[in-house]
Amino acid sequence: MSLQDRIRHCLQNDVLDLFQCQGDLFVQVPRDRIVQCLEKLRDEPGLEFDFLVDVVGVDNSALHEKEIKAREKALAKEKEKAEESGETGVENEPVVLEVPPRFDVIYLLLSLKSNERLAVKVKVPEEDPEVDTVTTIWRAADWPEREIFDFLGIRFRGHHNLKRLMMWEGFGSYPLRKDYPLQGKGEERHLDYDE
Amino acid sequence: MGLQAYSGPGWLLTKAEQIINWGRSRSPWPLPYGTACCGIEMMCALAATYDMARFGAERPSFSPRQADVLIEAGTITKKMVPVLRRIYDQMAEPKWVIAMGACACSGGVFRTYSVQQGIDDVIPVDIYVPGCPPRPESLLYALLKLMDKIQQDHPLYKQRADLAETLGVER
Ligand code: SF4
Repeated sequence: MSLQDRIRHCLQNDVLDLFQCQGDLFVQVPRDRIVQCLEKLRDEPGLEFDFLVDVVGVDNSALHEKEIKAREKALAKEKEKAEESGETGVENEPVVLEVPPRFDVIYLLLSLKSNERLAVKVKVPEEDPEVDTVTTIWRAADWPEREIFDFLGIRFRGHHNLKRLMMWEGFGSYPLRKDYPLQGKGEERHLDYDE
Repeated sequence: MGLQAYSGPGWLLTKAEQIINWGRSRSPWPLPYGTACCGIEMMCALAATYDMARFGAERPSFSPRQADVLIEAGTITKKMVPVLRRIYDQMAEPKWVIAMGACACSGGVFRTYSVQQGIDDVIPVDIYVPGCPPRPESLLYALLKLMDKIQQDHPLYKQRADLAETLGVER
């Protein structure tokens, strides 16, 4: 069985999407099932993705904006064409373009047995940026999850120590979000002596 | 300074200010504070090839309490700012600061949310060394400049001013 088939067989209905990208295999799973899915991938004989290489967060907002603009343009062009060819009367109801969830959290897995790699992806909406922690499976997820929290503001439910990792306590923003200006918003860290 | 030894033990004629400055400028013990790539260049200047000890910077002091010159070599992130300030505060007077490299002087190439745009917002700087990184020669030149600066200092003025204030007299 190919790796794809084995993953489909293992995760069954939890596979929302399974695709190859730049030579890497990605599987998208539902956000609330991530812990169960990773456990299954770790324990299933024949897969055994037992090593968590990294956890990364992605802010797709700039990409989505671009895509939506392109789609709007295409729609406008279509409409123009329709008008030119004299097709009047066709009532075009206004199309509402759906914005996909803003963030991705990607778990990079490696099987030390078979030396195969897999990226597991969950989509996280902006309104409710929360994912279950996987530190219960791999302690190695501790700092990567804190880093994602620090930079993108995605919270990890059940994480035992979800504090900022790179920026200091009291830093008010999430600097790797695409709408955060590179030069910052004037956050400063001051020294206060305890006296 | 006049130094004479015609016979016997000889004698020395000088001003207190001058001899204090002479002593201070000939032993600027550095506190090497390398926070990024410039630190490598500073180590090079301290090591055998360039041998900063020739100029009296004999002993790199890793305790701020025994150091005279803070050589700030490298990027200071905003998270580091309180640490830098605290170390500067821990140094005993008299103290001087050399800001080494574009990062310490102005933030350098890192015009970002996380990097302090020049350490002179946090602590007073005596000598700025441009370059990314500056060559060890530049650091040695900065040290010589600092020695010049120390020699023009008036270490007793402050004491005199304080005394005048306590006595309530014009100085
Ligand atoms: S000035 Fe250049 S060499 Fe020095 S710390 Fe900054 S980036 Fe590194």
